[in-house]
Amino acid sequence: MVTITIDHRQLEVEEKKTIMEAAKDANIIIPHLCFLKDLNEIGACRVCVVELEGKEKLVPACNTIVQEGMVIYTNSPKVRETRKTTVQLILSQHDCECAYCSRSGNCSLQTIANDLGITSLPFEKEVTYLKWNQNFPLIRESNKCIKCMRCIQVCDKIQDLHVWDVESTGSRTTVNVSFNRRIEEADCSLCGQCITHCPVNALHARDDTQRVFDALKDPDKITIVQMAPAVRAAWGEQMGLTHEEATVERMAAALRKVGIDYVFDTNYGADLTIMEEASEFLERFTHKKEDEMPMFTSCCPGWMRFVKSQFPEILSHISSCKSPHQMFGAITKTYYANILGVDPSRIFNISVMPCVAKKHEADIPAMEDSGYRDVDVVITTREMVRILRAEHIDLKALKDEPLDDPLGESTGAAVIFGATGGVMEAALRTAYNFVTGSNAPEDAFKVVRGMKGWKEAEFDIEGNTVRTATVHGLGNTRKLIEALKKGEVHYDFIEVMACPGGCVGGGGQPIYDGEEKAEERAKVLYGLDKDAPLRHSHENPSIQKLYEDFLEKPLSEKSEDLLHTDHNAWKMPGREENGTFLHSK
Amino acid sequence: MSRLTVITQTRAQQVIEGLYKDLERRIVASPPGLCPVDMASAFLKLCHAQTCGKCVPCRVGLAQLQKLLEDVLDGNATLDTIDLIEKTASNISDSADCAIGYEAADMVLRGVRGFREDYEEHILHGRCTCSLDQPVPCVDLCPAGVDVPGYIALLGEDRYADAVRLIRKDNPFPAVCAYICEHPCEARCRRNMLDDSINIRALKRYAVDKAQDVPADPSAKATGKKVAIVGGGPGGLSAAYYLQLMGHQCVVYEKHKQLGGMLRYGIPNYRLPRKRLDDEINTILSTGVEVHSEVNIGKDVTLAQLDKDFDAIYISIGAQTDKKIGIPGEEGKNVISAVEMLGNIGDDVMPDFTNKRVLVIGGGNVAMDVARSSMRSKASYVGIAYRRRKSDMTALYDEIEGAIEEGCEVLELQAPVRIELDDENKVSALWVQPQIISLQDRNGRPSPKKAKVEEQRIPCDIVVVAIGQGIESKPFEDEGIPINHGAISALDHSGIENNDGIYAGGDCVTGPATVIRAIAAGKVAAANIDNYLGYNHIIETDVEIPEANYADRPKCGRIKTKERDANERKNDFDPIEYCMSDEEAKQECSRCLRCDHYGFGVFKGGRKTQW
Repeated sequence: MVTITIDHRQLEVEEKKTIMEAAKDANIIIPHLCFLKDLNEIGACRVCVVELEGKEKLVPACNTIVQEGMVIYTNSPKVRETRKTTVQLILSQHDCECAYCSRSGNCSLQTIANDLGITSLPFEKEVTYLKWNQNFPLIRESNKCIKCMRCIQVCDKIQDLHVWDVESTGSRTTVNVSFNRRIEEADCSLCGQCITHCPVNALHARDDTQRVFDALKDPDKITIVQMAPAVRAAWGEQMGLTHEEATVERMAAALRKVGIDYVFDTNYGADLTIMEEASEFLERFTHKKEDEMPMFTSCCPGWMRFVKSQFPEILSHISSCKSPHQMFGAITKTYYANILGVDPSRIFNISVMPCVAKKHEADIPAMEDSGYRDVDVVITTREMVRILRAEHIDLKALKDEPLDDPLGESTGAAVIFGATGGVMEAALRTAYNFVTGSNAPEDAFKVVRGMKGWKEAEFDIEGNTVRTATVHGLGNTRKLIEALKKGEVHYDFIEVMACPGGCVGGGGQPIYDGEEKAEERAKVLYGLDKDAPLRHSHENPSIQKLYEDFLEKPLSEKSEDLLHTDHNAWKMPGREENGTFLHSK
Repeated sequence: MSRLTVITQTRAQQVIEGLYKDLERRIVASPPGLCPVDMASAFLKLCHAQTCGKCVPCRVGLAQLQKLLEDVLDGNATLDTIDLIEKTASNISDSADCAIGYEAADMVLRGVRGFREDYEEHILHGRCTCSLDQPVPCVDLCPAGVDVPGYIALLGEDRYADAVRLIRKDNPFPAVCAYICEHPCEARCRRNMLDDSINIRALKRYAVDKAQDVPADPSAKATGKKVAIVGGGPGGLSAAYYLQLMGHQCVVYEKHKQLGGMLRYGIPNYRLPRKRLDDEINTILSTGVEVHSEVNIGKDVTLAQLDKDFDAIYISIGAQTDKKIGIPGEEGKNVISAVEMLGNIGDDVMPDFTNKRVLVIGGGNVAMDVARSSMRSKASYVGIAYRRRKSDMTALYDEIEGAIEEGCEVLELQAPVRIELDDENKVSALWVQPQIISLQDRNGRPSPKKAKVEEQRIPCDIVVVAIGQGIESKPFEDEGIPINHGAISALDHSGIENNDGIYAGGDCVTGPATVIRAIAAGKVAAANIDNYLGYNHIIETDVEIPEANYADRPKCGRIKTKERDANERKNDFDPIEYCMSDEEAKQECSRCLRCDHYGFGVFKGGRKTQW
């Protein structure tokens, strides 16, 4: 422990802590902008500078370690003045067009400028405008970038994809796609982690809300919304609702107010995915072909983009299942169109997803096995919130309304898809039943849960050991695949989620600067699972009926046609696929 | 009004003079990897500020040129802009009245011709080809990439052995480099922006002196692979050390009696004490390296045989032969080569020049070594004949000054023309042709030309030729190794084309260079040989680097190490340089700006913890 003084308060602080941490522990707020704990402690923005007694130069609180006897002033006249100038300098390179910025009200720069009472700018504005492909799901606005470097750090340190880098030198230094590439050819997974870690709106997802409004305007269109499991854990956060208030039923009520015809649930698609994926796994597990085992999950499109660009040689190891919302889309335009007695072309599928990569996934040419686009538009959780705000819906006043039948029915197994380990757990629950004919004891597979980046577990199913791995974050994923290729680890079934924490931490979720919400949101999902009357996908009566009336059985010809896909049907720009495979032992 | 006044500097002029000095130092400390177009534009702005405004090309033209460069940088230019820049600069160069104008335009011309691709990249793609790969100047400029800020920080906390271990991660010769490294690390030290570069080499000396014996790190599990190292100099031993740490058995074949190469047979004891060298080599050998000395590869054992017996080969034979000067009389008795003289000293066969007049021909570090060794061998006179000026010598400034302090005379602008021999075929004099320094050559170095004066006779008894070394590459050429201009042709990764498993590096590839470059080549070879053998061993250390100190950095002079008094030291071969005192070292350590933490280093590239 060391004794320090911050703003005249004497504190006992653990050694090796930064001034920022020490101050935070003592409830002293030091404003900061580029700082992200453990990820970006580089003192780039200089907003967190503090004064040390006896020292001429100010030091950044974010990466200066406390020392015995340090006397720190976080708001001395010198600090106050310097900090204000620094923020004004940052503002001079920021377009400050807050009125029509989607991060307005949730922008760290705006907050700091307001907090510091900045009402004018003594400097000439010098804003750069670089061109960007506005059709790409990930948009960068150079005119808003404050060069905090967080996007670079997230992509380097968490995702290990190195999409971003510092470009140019001197006064023209900026952030851009690395190695002088265009974003389309940069192997970007579209995980969107750079977006959710951007303090301003320099990075955001392509806004597709107008396409939703256009569909609503068209009297011929039957609009269907499905929302991913993780959306329900986060949608109310920035609408002033508690997790208890932000039910999926209240969301249904709100969406109906917007004019959506049918509000369904991707959970239905998730249950369907489990039926198919568990069957596929058992098929592969029984035959153990070298080029098919271990089997990886396929529901995360960020992971799919990653594997195609980084490890195309292991594609045969990926489950052929489409992701739940794509399966759902295919079913609505066949089975459900039939129930409604309408032409499938009239159905307009809107997926509300915690995800940016889904925007790309829905546009993959092969994703139209019904003869129509499986999914017509993907909007993020944030875009849905924007739609609800645009409609000025008083959410608190709304009563819960049930989802529509039959594609709104789902089980607890489906809802946990949104958290790391959820797909694995759901698949194991059903696979166990398929093998043994009965359900495993409650929560038999819960060890796959949790925020650890790379989890391993073994389960015995009727004398057969199933070796599983659950990994989230693409950096962890790369490590796992490399270990697998070297023969250092051996698994049968591997779940991959590109975003840390899984979809709850997805790149399309509401943004909280400096906070990682995945763990808290995952708890909401596990709570819903715990309270669900049905907790196994194969018990979903609507799914059972779907198989009886339409699909026959998992992996049937019809299922293969509609619910599975050929991963070789598309490849990342500049990448050649090749057919080598892992040697599983 | 007085008829004349005494000119005194105004306060403003004084400040400007100070700023000029700051600017000079700042340019010295320019970080590597800057955009050349941006720098050209910035220089041009400075040049334009110097214009008096009288003449059109300079007053107007430089401003227009700068605007054109800004257009290139801002993406407002086309490829035609480059031609316009070139044409305008060329015209200014031809028409400006004074150097302020035409030299500024020439700078732009050199740029637009020298890095045209970068101009094009800016124009076509709006991007720069440059990036800051390694933002810590000292680490970047050290060929071996030694973690300089890391070990200076360790020294600041009196962790001497840790400092040595940290250095060894990238360079197994910390003691050798502590004495004789040419310290390229100091060249762009960011401390120059304040006052002066850190005395890095002297701090390394302090580290090794304080730490004394630090055992080598343990080796990885034996792989069963065997690597032959041809030549036991700094490069070969560096490769052997790292390969041994990686678990490969190395066998060094050395032509001489003892290991060390030029460290022993080129650098005298007064600069690099034998004991330090022997200790360092023994530490390297303690990893299990096997040594066969007095074996000449190509003669005693063929390369083909090694290829058969080993899984990989590293050729690091250095540049060990002497170059002939090619003037009449060179064949005479008492004309000796620097290689021969220093080689004998390396094996403790000391020359006796009592009452002899010695003339050394050459201007490099080796020339200074033989001159100072001659002085120590009791010569009555030592002169160093050099055809250019003293300031053009390639030897380090301190070496030249050291020689002069010890009584050697630098005979500058004296081109040797012949050696006069007496009846016994012994040297009696060196004839030189005085030169005047003249036009710059293509590399910007002023060339000497014959002065319109008579040749001069300098009487002497011994001539030592120190004009460079060659490579004994013939035996390797005979065995199919590609040779280019006498040097072995190796690729960037030190492999040799069409010779799988055979690697080469150091002086025998680059021509005579520095010790640290040979060490770096050995490190590169070790990494690539390891991969070639099918492994990927990681070299790293568990030494934890102290946090950067937040203290202010007041401007402070650089500590210079002291040397023994010239009159005393010139009489023996004992070491001449003293180590820094604790007090001096502490202060020097505190001067380090910790570029690994402050600036770009904390973001990217501040520390490579392994390779």
